[in-house]
Amino acid sequence: MAYTVVGKSVRRVDAVAKVTGKAKYTDDFYERDMLVGKILHSPYAHAIIKSIDVSKAKALPGVEAVLTYKDLPRINYATSLPGMIGDVLDDAEDEEERIKFGTAGHPYSLDPSHRDVEDRHILAKKARFVGDAIAAVVATDELIAAKALKLIEVEYEVLEALTSTEAALKEGAPLIHEGRASNVLASGGFAIGDIEEAFKESDHIFEGEYETSIVQHCHMENQTSYAYQDMDGRIVIVTSTQIPQIVRRVVAQALGIPWGRVRVIKPYVGGGFGNKQDVAIEPLNAAMTLAVGGRPVKIELSREESMTDTRTRHAFKFKIKTGINQDGKLIGVHITAISNTGAYASHGHSIAGSAGGKFRYLYPTKALKYDPITVYTNLPVAGAMRGYGCPQIFYAFESHLEDIAKRLNIDPIEIRRKNFVEVGYVDPVSKNKVTSCSIRECIDKGKALIKWDEKKALYKEQSGHKLRGLGMACFSYASGTYPVALELAGARIVLNQDGSVQLQIGATDTGQGSDTVFGQMVAEVLGLPMDMVHVLSTQDTDISPFDTGCYASRQTYVSGMAVEKAALEVKEKILGFAASMTDIPVNRIDLVDQKIVFKHSGESVLTLEQVAMQSYYDLLRAKPITSDISNNARINAIPFGVTFAEVEVDIKTGKIEVLEIYNVHDSGTIVNPKMAEGQVQGGVSMGIGYALSEQLLFDEVTGKALNNNLLDYKLPTIMDTPDIGVAFVENHEPTGPFGVKSLGEPPTITPAPAIRNAVLDATGVSFNRLPMNPQRVFEGFKEAGLI
Amino acid sequence: MYDIIGYCEAETVSEATALLAQNPNLRLIAGGTDVLIKMHGGQIEAVELLSLRKIKSLAEIRKAEDGTVVIGAMATFTKVFNDPILREVIPILTEAAISMGGPQIRNIATIGGNVCNGATSADSASSLFALNAQLKLVSQQSERLVPIREFYLGPGRVALKPGEILTEIHISPADYQGFGGQYIKFAMREAMDIATLAVSVVCKLHGKTFEEVRIGLGVAGPTPLRCLEAEVYAPGKDVSVESVAEIGKLAVNSAKARTSWRASKDYREHLVEELVQRALKTAIVNAGGEQLV
Ligand SMILES: Cc1cc2nc3c(=O)[nH]c(=O)nc-3n(C[C@H](O)[C@H](O)[C@H](O)COP(=O)(O)OP(=O)(O)OC[C@H]3O[C@@H](n4cnc5c(N)ncnc54)[C@H](O)[C@@H]3O)c2cc1C
Repeated sequence: MAYTVVGKSVRRVDAVAKVTGKAKYTDDFYERDMLVGKILHSPYAHAIIKSIDVSKAKALPGVEAVLTYKDLPRINYATSLPGMIGDVLDDAEDEEERIKFGTAGHPYSLDPSHRDVEDRHILAKKARFVGDAIAAVVATDELIAAKALKLIEVEYEVLEALTSTEAALKEGAPLIHEGRASNVLASGGFAIGDIEEAFKESDHIFEGEYETSIVQHCHMENQTSYAYQDMDGRIVIVTSTQIPQIVRRVVAQALGIPWGRVRVIKPYVGGGFGNKQDVAIEPLNAAMTLAVGGRPVKIELSREESMTDTRTRHAFKFKIKTGINQDGKLIGVHITAISNTGAYASHGHSIAGSAGGKFRYLYPTKALKYDPITVYTNLPVAGAMRGYGCPQIFYAFESHLEDIAKRLNIDPIEIRRKNFVEVGYVDPVSKNKVTSCSIRECIDKGKALIKWDEKKALYKEQSGHKLRGLGMACFSYASGTYPVALELAGARIVLNQDGSVQLQIGATDTGQGSDTVFGQMVAEVLGLPMDMVHVLSTQDTDISPFDTGCYASRQTYVSGMAVEKAALEVKEKILGFAASMTDIPVNRIDLVDQKIVFKHSGESVLTLEQVAMQSYYDLLRAKPITSDISNNARINAIPFGVTFAEVEVDIKTGKIEVLEIYNVHDSGTIVNPKMAEGQVQGGVSMGIGYALSEQLLFDEVTGKALNNNLLDYKLPTIMDTPDIGVAFVENHEPTGPFGVKSLGEPPTITPAPAIRNAVLDATGVSFNRLPMNPQRVFEGFKEAGLI
Repeated sequence: MYDIIGYCEAETVSEATALLAQNPNLRLIAGGTDVLIKMHGGQIEAVELLSLRKIKSLAEIRKAEDGTVVIGAMATFTKVFNDPILREVIPILTEAAISMGGPQIRNIATIGGNVCNGATSADSASSLFALNAQLKLVSQQSERLVPIREFYLGPGRVALKPGEILTEIHISPADYQGFGGQYIKFAMREAMDIATLAVSVVCKLHGKTFEEVRIGLGVAGPTPLRCLEAEVYAPGKDVSVESVAEIGKLAVNSAKARTSWRASKDYREHLVEELVQRALKTAIVNAGGEQLV
């Protein structure tokens, strides 16, 4: 399909603002006399507070307030503002009387059984991981606040720390959350077909075990927010978030106040990758301002805090059993998974659910059984992170399939081709339909880019201690969460006097560039140049249209539908207005290049500016042209893609170098190729870190993080990142606005298995545990007798 | 926010030593890339700083008349890397310098701060060990030259006496002339990382035999160290794959590797053996020998 603005690499709408430093992030805003809030974190992974004495901290000059679990809103108590915290402050010791809330960035559900688990207090009386927020100080500056934290005297009763899922699942293990039957947060997946029958029918059965690690988002901007009460006593929170509407709701729930009493503002955001699809600091920030009579209080997490006290990626342990025929046709697959969610539910079992759900589309089999369980442990809380369970499950399955191909002596690409989904496939669980699929073409492109056949032949005979190999891995994903959750998006357009428009969206740009692609969509529909489309980047829950936020790779697809609808409505109104001005039937005219033209000849009738001026100032007809749209997307589109990787392995040191890597995506129409390329490169670099070096480590006994800083946590630098090749197979997706499918998270999914498979190709050694860092690889080679 | 309660600057070494003598609580700050990190982490509090950054003479790198290379303690790693004298006569030091941190850090971090910080991972240290560097320590009362091997006392502990400032690092001609060397920083990342193992090797050949080999290791023990057993073995041995392998093995005996969450003892010792051989093989070529295959 031919578009004028969609499909072009127009400059990002925020490019100049960002490179000149004019773009304001949360930390760039100041309120007069802003106070500083700091958090006291538990040094123990599992402990009950026996007593807590804040008197010395309170007495320190410059300290304005000290909060503990005793100062939190009690259930049904908080009815009026301001001064609410004071009103409910008493010394009831029972933690259960305090409001518990869930933090996940999911839309609210009217069905109580579908809501997020509410297992968290703003401040804990029982610490459940090293880092759990125990108390908080509000002071006039950071140093005083830090000193005050040291003056808080806490007496703990230390309990056994359950630092692994094995320990948490053991018979008689202490309960991390009292009142639950066990440390299992949730379990349950799905079963398609009869798995036992399928195994019986299969020529071969293969089994394998795979394990992924806990990693962290490491977004550039740490969690930062500030909160105050406005003139009417409402709580205003400016915060670096992906989900302003959900933050508003969760803060209100956590405080037990009406939702309308909270206002959340999202300025520019320095990355989130899912970690800001969660409500981490805002409820405490709100409590802090209430504790000081509504004065502004700022919280700015340090990197160390951000790495352990917000969210991480769930570590998974998989067992896979596969029935397959001699020719490589998959018959039945049974996957069991144990997901480690850490101390609180956060996104909880949704991650395991999403992993299985999105995996289903790639290789439909006669029988597929998925049995995940999600387990609480005394480790930092796992939540949403780019790919939402898929980097885990595709690492496991694409490794497994590679091993099977090797054992059956089938070409790894052929075995995949034999099993790919076809257009028209309807997923039996979600009922989502595959309406476009170019995975085969993606593979052709990737093979050519990396020179697969040539290099495969070349690397057959290798000697010395540096060996090269090639690997690949495929994925499927989704565009949003439908039908699991609500997919509501809003857009609002106002036509200005000069014929330019303002676009307001509820969807949030957190760095990925959604503001720009929405601007392109509006420019496309209205025939405007990009500089006539003014995109408001800030979301404000008082002002912006409703949208559930930035996650699930949903915005270009789902919010794009709302934007397209809003633009079409404005176009219709413009033409209608022009028709009323000229008395030309509306079906005879069109809007092209900022002009109203005759359809048949292209001859100009009016300029858009003339229409706009009339719409504001005509003494009789004036009625500014606007649209305010909400779209409930009850549909989904399945993107596909593949990673090809070439590695060189130093057998003696265990170092793996990625020489070349290509990601080829089937994401429908690419709205902005340059930005899409950047999105893919960022995602692939994240995948390379996941494959080779990143892992949050914990002391097995105490549960304390060993490397929650950017020196010891081996996030790759640009020097460790090879040139990342990006290609697209653009196949118009019939259900998407302008033919799009999602691209946000997918680039992160398959670099790890592709690299793992390339290492297998080079060395003959299967690494079934991430990351493949030099220490692990050394051990693997030793075991394999290579060293 | 940093917990700094006082700050002063000196413009000459004698001014600095006088200020230090007056106020023993003063903490020296050079580039600040270690001191400020410690303050940020709360390891040191309520600090009174004395900055050396205005003492221009301390940033010089020169060759004395007798051939001794003199590196001012305030020379930054960028300066060390770009210095024509060092590039010519002691390239292993410039290699060490460029392997350190990232451009911003190299522009501010000093070689003196690197040494005085006392870390086993200091990127300049293993090379300075291999080069038999001597440190000039100056106080208001005295001045002394200390061999770098005697300077490191333990993790983060160095032989600076109260009131002393490191002013210069000396490398005498006998220790570099006729030597070829190689520095290998083995780290988990190619930038912004601390070595898992640092190996610095210098060697001098006599025809087809080794005349002298010196091996400095970083992160192979609580302080940087030398592999004396291997060094004693080398002189007179044929320059061959076999003797290089033996030197690699013997080097492990000097390492004091232990298992931590960063790496196992087994792996560290394996790396010492492997990387000493790799560094020595390149050093041989740099010393005018033939490449071993
Ligand atoms: C991001 C980052 C990356 C880093 N990467 C590396 C790396 O790759 N390799 C590496 O080795 N290090 C690295 N470091 C550590 C640090 O940069 C170096 O150790 C640096 O050389 C310290 O020098 P400085 O001038 O900043 O010292 P400062 O921090 O100013 O001082 C360090 C210590 O030495 C004392 N001191 C300084 N100068 C003198 C003097 N003339 N006489 C007596 N005492 C003195 C100070 O009192 C202090 O105790 C890194 C640090 C950071 C922040």
